[in-house]
This record gives sequence, C-alpha cells and structure tokens, in this order.
Amino acid sequence: MSKKFVTDFTVVENKKLNSTNFLIKIKSDLILPEIKPGQFVNVEIKDASEIFLRRPFSIFEVDYKANTLSMIIKILGRGSKKLTQIEAGDSISLVYPLGKSFTYPKKNDRILLIGGGSGVAPMLFLAKESGLPIENVDILLGARTSEDHVDVHEYSNYANLHYASEDGSIGEKGFVTQHSVFTTNLKAYNKIYACGPDGMMRAIAKEAKTAEVFCEVSLENLMACGFGVCLCCIEPTNQGNQCVCTDGPVFNINELKW
Amino acid sequence: MVNLKVKLHNLEFKNPVTLASGTCGFAREIAEFYDPGLLGGHFLKGTTLKNRDGNAYPRMAETPSGMLNAVGLQNKGIDYFIDNIYPEIKDYDTQLIINVNGSTVEDYIALTEKVNELDNIQAIELNISCPNVKEGGMAFGVTCPGAEMVTREVRKVYNKTMIVKLSPNVTDITEIAKAVEGQGADSVSLVNTFLAMAIDAESRTPKLSTITGGLSGPAIKPIALRMVWQVANAVKIPVVGIGGIMNAADAIEFMLAGASVIQVGTAIFTDPMIPLKIVEGIEDYMKRHNMQSVNEIIGGLQL
Repeated sequence: MSKKFVTDFTVVENKKLNSTNFLIKIKSDLILPEIKPGQFVNVEIKDASEIFLRRPFSIFEVDYKANTLSMIIKILGRGSKKLTQIEAGDSISLVYPLGKSFTYPKKNDRILLIGGGSGVAPMLFLAKESGLPIENVDILLGARTSEDHVDVHEYSNYANLHYASEDGSIGEKGFVTQHSVFTTNLKAYNKIYACGPDGMMRAIAKEAKTAEVFCEVSLENLMACGFGVCLCCIEPTNQGNQCVCTDGPVFNINELKW
Repeated sequence: MVNLKVKLHNLEFKNPVTLASGTCGFAREIAEFYDPGLLGGHFLKGTTLKNRDGNAYPRMAETPSGMLNAVGLQNKGIDYFIDNIYPEIKDYDTQLIINVNGSTVEDYIALTEKVNELDNIQAIELNISCPNVKEGGMAFGVTCPGAEMVTREVRKVYNKTMIVKLSPNVTDITEIAKAVEGQGADSVSLVNTFLAMAIDAESRTPKLSTITGGLSGPAIKPIALRMVWQVANAVKIPVVGIGGIMNAADAIEFMLAGASVIQVGTAIFTDPMIPLKIVEGIEDYMKRHNMQSVNEIIGGLQL
C-alpha cells in the first residue's frame, strides 16, 4: 500500500514554454513524499463550472529541499487550457503521488528515452534520476516543428540530446522512429522508455519488440479518480483489463495487447 | 458531544456517511488516504459470481456537473474477493457491505450464499439497477415482478441485512420500493445512475464504447433527492440516500428527506477527502441546531 495525499500547493511560477506547453512549478507547506519518474498527479481545475473532474499530469521535476514540484502542461482541451491560466500565488489542489514509476536502469545500462510533445516531462525526470553517466543516456525528443519543442538544453548535463521534427526545422526530419539514434542499433540499449502520443509509443514498441529490448511506455487513458476505484482508465493487458492509474501508467510493452 | 450513530435494520453505523459502490474500490484504496474506520461504512465494488472484464474503453465521459460511466461491473469474482481481498479488509472498523450482482437469479443466489459465510460482512446491497450490463442488472430492477423475484429468492438464502439498490430509470420508483419491501428487503438504497448518453459532435461518435452509460454527480442530485423523499414516504423500511452528494449540506438534505444513511459516490473522484468533511459538517450542523442525535435530522423535513 502506498500512501497518497490530497494537498493544497501554491503556484510559484507558470512559464509559457511555447504555443501549447506551459511549465507550472508549485510549492507545498508540507514535506513532499518520495516521488519517482513516471508517477503523476491529479489536479483540481478551479473556477470552471463546466469542468467537474481533475486532470492528470506527469511529474517533471521534484525539489525536496524547496518542497516544489513541476509539471509540463500541454493544452489539449478545456481542463488543461484553464489550468495554464493559473498565476503565481494561486492555490492548487493535488491528489498525489499516483501510479507506478518506470523501472530504474541498472548500473552500466545504456538507455534510450523517447519523449513526444509534453511526453518529455517524465523522460527528463528519469534521465536525471537514473544516476547513469551522460554517455549511457540518450534522449530523443520528437515534435512537429521546432516551435513545438520544449527547450530542455539544461538536460545536456544528464544525457545526450537528440531531436526529430516532422518538418525538419530542428534535428533530423521525420518521426522519432525514423531518427538515426533509433534506426541505427536499437539492440545497443538495455532499456528503452517512451512517453508521448499513442501512435508514437506503438511504433516504438513494435521496433523494441523486434529488437528484443526491454521497453516501458507511459499511457494516458482518460481517467476520473486516479487511484484505482472508478475503473474507467482500463487498458487490456495479459492480466486482463488493468487500471492505467494504479497498475500503470508505466507498462512493459510485453504486458500490453499492442 | 453529538451522537452520530444510526441504525439501518440491525446494522449499526458509527456515522451516516458511507461510500457508494463503484467509487471506493474495496475500501483499501481509501485506506491509502485515511483510516476507512472514520466512516460509517463502505459499499464495496459490485461483485459477481465469476470474473468479469467489464466493458471496452472508453468507459467515461465528463458532462456538465457530473460524468457518465460504463464500467460494466469489472471485478474478479467472489472467490477472488474471499481469498485475496477479504482477509486484508475484514478488520477495518466500519461496516463493509458487498454489492451483489448477477445475470441470472441463480447467480445472485450462489453469490449471496458465499457472502453469507463471511463473518465481518453483515449486509449486502442487492444491485438490481446496474445500467451497464447486457444481462441481469437493471433488467430486474425496472419492473415490479423482476425486482420482487430477485429479492424474494435472495432473501431465502441470506439472513443478515439486505439492502436493495434501486434504479431511477423507472416510471414510479415508489412502486419498486414497495415491491421489494413486500419481499423482505430490510432497506432500499437509491438512486443508482441515470441511463444517459454523450456524443462527440466533431467525430460524430458516442463518447462511450457502449453508446449509453450511467450519469452520476451533482447533475442528478435534485432528482435523486426527490426520489428519496418519495420512497421514504412510501415504505416503512429505512432508506439509504445516494445521488450527487458533494458536501455536508447535500448529505443533510437527503437525511431531511428521509435517508437514514447516505452514500458519497462520484464526489470521491474529485476529492477523496470529501466524506470526512461531510462527517464534520454534519456534526457542525447538529451543534448549530442543538441536536443531540443524528436521528433528529432523519425525515425532519418541515412542510
């Protein structure tokens, strides 16, 4: 059993990263519980009569000394749009920490982390937490154009950064699965992790399966509660329908019916 | 010190705040936030004789002041519950009530016989109102003969407290309530969800895999409240009030309308702490109104 909390945080910063992504940093008066890459929070959307349920977001960074955590919010619908209008000093309620984390790499593992769009958040968090030397960690980021990429240059301290864009405006042109880092020698990696659009993760999973490389993906099915009681966010797996919120959101691709 | 204890037939609740089936798992999910013993009871996830995978994804859609669900009674079956879940939860200091479901009367009976053997479960909620299954479920609960038949047959094999959960998708809910009372129900709980629908206009497709689903949340509260009031006036057995309860004021309204116990449901998805706030709110209300016992609220509507 993992302890979960409903906690009011205060917004420290809401920074626009590009046309659709925002970085929201929040602070708690309480000591933060341990939070691992891949876990998520379920956020209350205040003052929006048309929005009834919370919205789930991956955790991007945790600072236990400052009692802060951050999320990258991509505007997808009414809820996320409303949330990006939040301002420093506002109060925000979280149900957290939710879900299972990625499997940590072993010492000496070579890993490839692939993030699409706002799916970069847990990938960067995992790169930082992995404790591996830079040369063992490749991060491959995909987006439609350079404008859609989130600036993450500071993560070059933790990993080799590679970019793919559909229009070729940054990095290699094409999807992440067409990028040379992905196509050259997938077997060179001990573990592949991915977070992003469904189509992207399925394409990655297919290649990882063929190459017989350990691969975990983070799913984002529609959910209501976030803690395993509503049974709405189910994903068919080898164990039957499982909850993305409690059995995931991270799944080994071999468990999925993909 | 106010007295929050209520009785439902032979069943004593330390306070009238319970959690609705399908919104509190098997109480252990709530235990990750707080002690389930702080609440009067937990109506556990709908259980069937055999494992059920439930319906296909997508199973939910947010709607104004509420949501639709079409889970379809996903559960691992009663034997899995008895072997793997019951030992973990049986000593929670609260009323644990199993929500019993079946596609056939034989299923209901076989399941109830197994539940009857569980010492720490002193009641069942007989669900004849699930709108999200093809067979059984609501089919029994929308006619008087169907509701009577299931209630009568289950009554024969169950000697503890039997609460029958009613569907609002009927012409006159008081007729169904009286029908199950006549067959030995100890209490009725109402309402289950309203059969409803949501469409994505852009893709021109239904938002649920099952096309229709059950509507819950504050959107249904005024209708549920009206039905609870009607039923409480039509039957002699105690009533459990359910439907869009989000705060203490809502809970008190249901009790004034005649509910002895209330269930908090969809509200838990928005904030799992709401049930505790409702317990505090009821205490506060009683102090403000100089009430010693919570029973003074029940049926206290002034006309």
